[in-house]
Amino acid sequence: MPDRAAPVLDVRDLQVVFRTRGGEVHAVNSVSFHLRPGELLGVVGESGSGKSVTMMSLLGLLPSPPAEIRGGEVLLGGRDLLKLDAESLRAVRGRRIGFVFQDPMTSLNPVFTIGNQIMEPLRAHMGMDRARATERAVELLELVGIPDARRRLGDYPHQFSGGMRQRVMIAIALACDPEVLIADEPTTALDVTIQAQIIELVKDLREKLGMAIIWITHDLGVIAGIADRVMVMYGGQVVEQGPVRALFADPRHPYTRALLQTIPALRGQRDRRLRVIEGQPPILSASPSACSFCPRCGHASNRCRVENPQRLPHDGLPTGQGHDSACHWAHSAEPAHA
Amino acid sequence: MLTFALRRLLMAVPTLLFISLVIFLLLELAPGDPVADMPLTIPPEVREKIRISLGLGEPMHVRYALWLYNLFVTEPSYWIDALFGTDLAQGSQRIISFQTRAPVFDTIAERMPQTLIVVGMGYVVGVLIALPIGIISAYRQYSVFDQIGTFISMVGFSVPTFVTGVMLIVVFSVWLGWFPSIYDTTLQVTDWPSFVKQMRQMVMPVFVLALYNAAQISRYMRASMLDNMTQDYVRTARAKGMSERVVILKHVLRNSMIPVVTVIALGVPGVFTGAIITENVFKVNGLGQQLLLSIQGNDAPMVLTISFIFAILIVLFNLIADLLYGLLDPRIRYD
Repeated sequence: MPDRAAPVLDVRDLQVVFRTRGGEVHAVNSVSFHLRPGELLGVVGESGSGKSVTMMSLLGLLPSPPAEIRGGEVLLGGRDLLKLDAESLRAVRGRRIGFVFQDPMTSLNPVFTIGNQIMEPLRAHMGMDRARATERAVELLELVGIPDARRRLGDYPHQFSGGMRQRVMIAIALACDPEVLIADEPTTALDVTIQAQIIELVKDLREKLGMAIIWITHDLGVIAGIADRVMVMYGGQVVEQGPVRALFADPRHPYTRALLQTIPALRGQRDRRLRVIEGQPPILSASPSACSFCPRCGHASNRCRVENPQRLPHDGLPTGQGHDSACHWAHSAEPAHA
Repeated sequence: MLTFALRRLLMAVPTLLFISLVIFLLLELAPGDPVADMPLTIPPEVREKIRISLGLGEPMHVRYALWLYNLFVTEPSYWIDALFGTDLAQGSQRIISFQTRAPVFDTIAERMPQTLIVVGMGYVVGVLIALPIGIISAYRQYSVFDQIGTFISMVGFSVPTFVTGVMLIVVFSVWLGWFPSIYDTTLQVTDWPSFVKQMRQMVMPVFVLALYNAAQISRYMRASMLDNMTQDYVRTARAKGMSERVVILKHVLRNSMIPVVTVIALGVPGVFTGAIITENVFKVNGLGQQLLLSIQGNDAPMVLTISFIFAILIVLFNLIADLLYGLLDPRIRYD
């Protein structure tokens, strides 16, 4: 992995607010991250931590209203996607950034054939005619491991199993050779063996095609196996970020630690009960003025209740480059990192 | 699909026979006498003879069987004779109206064109304006357009056609004098002025029916579009970089049309039956109006035959709706 290459995607201070009848909900609060070419960034957090909303807002996929992007920059190859008009943004969707969604059962249109749905972006973005698009579609289905690809182009989504449908979704996302693939919990709706197959497939495709991947999940086990870097989100903020080894070996933020303790051990003694994180992730009605995790945190101090912690590095590298976290306790407990 | 259609058609036969029997018995049990309308000066014994000449002297089951025989054997042979110049019927007895003493099907054939042109046009226009209104209302939910559409739908659906019809006559015929209030069936369309005249006399009945039909169908369309617009595959289509046009008019519309097409197909028999009131308001002498006249005159053969045709249409369009459903939705299979 080219470590210091210019990032293909650079997100800075992204803020997303939902305007609802009950007031504003601050779903994404100053989220910054970047993605280098060929890198796989894992994004972890519970439901409601802002993972999906962050990624959907990059491409303007959130319905507006109620969603509103309040600030920040999303630089794709140096161009700010948030400043693009609808037409230019559409040229990025599916062409330079591919999306795979969670539920393959509902993410494909039930009344059109698989072939039709794969060929749509090819014809819209690449200007292919029907014959060339068909060839490319066959190629893509073979790439994602669907046997008898040519014949299956004429099949409808309901004629595929869940795992096969997710393969089709991946084929659609990869149709135009995007630089970035965003996979939003692509394996959550699948059973475990199929899940493993899809993960293997993505690993494999990444080696073959070399695109950068953002993999959203709430399953840390999946992330440990495939990611280069991990970003932990909570309350619409990045609470910890770092290379996968560093983060798993030495988690700093209490939330990350708690998450790691919720994974059941497959080997060894299972004498203790699985840990749970009590409570619910917050729904923020204003941009946070305190640490959003502090009501559930065992290490919370008075400072946590009045000051929202900033992301600070643990290894001396600039924030975002190495291992960093946003926690007063983590930084005060071990001040000797610099 | 073909086997399904055939099976359903076969199953329709006993259903329709049963329906015809029920209509027959209802008419039989209903009070009234076909000779009651005749002058009181006719002596009772002559009355009785008239009654017997109408076939009312026969017992019930004989009359029913004769009607069935005439409907399925005699009448079709007359149609074949008329088409190919054969002589299958050999002058046998047709179903005769008590009132006019003319064959029932001749009267129906005279009345059918008016109903099809006026009421059918009202339905077609209604559907054609309902679909875009439904689509736009859903796409711009709660916009001014949607609010106005909702209001007009509510008015169109809740105000009966005899009220809107009479209001239109008062405003456009009486006050403004733009359109005639009575539909002239004798008008022959031969040249441009007579075509314009035909259009002018159709405007108001067609508008009344179109408003009523559009009110209903546009609501179905809107609801169906709204249901589908929040589906995951719509997000997928947007994420693929499809234009809003493609997303709405291809992905969402195709799915939304499935239930709406069914509703439209099921509404077609209503073109024949449901416009009785409108036909009467505008004096369009179509099938609906004939049915009312025949009921008032105790004309059992006419009422029975027209009602039975309506029953056939309803059963047939139910089947068509089912088949359309299977054609539109690849997940439905009929085997």
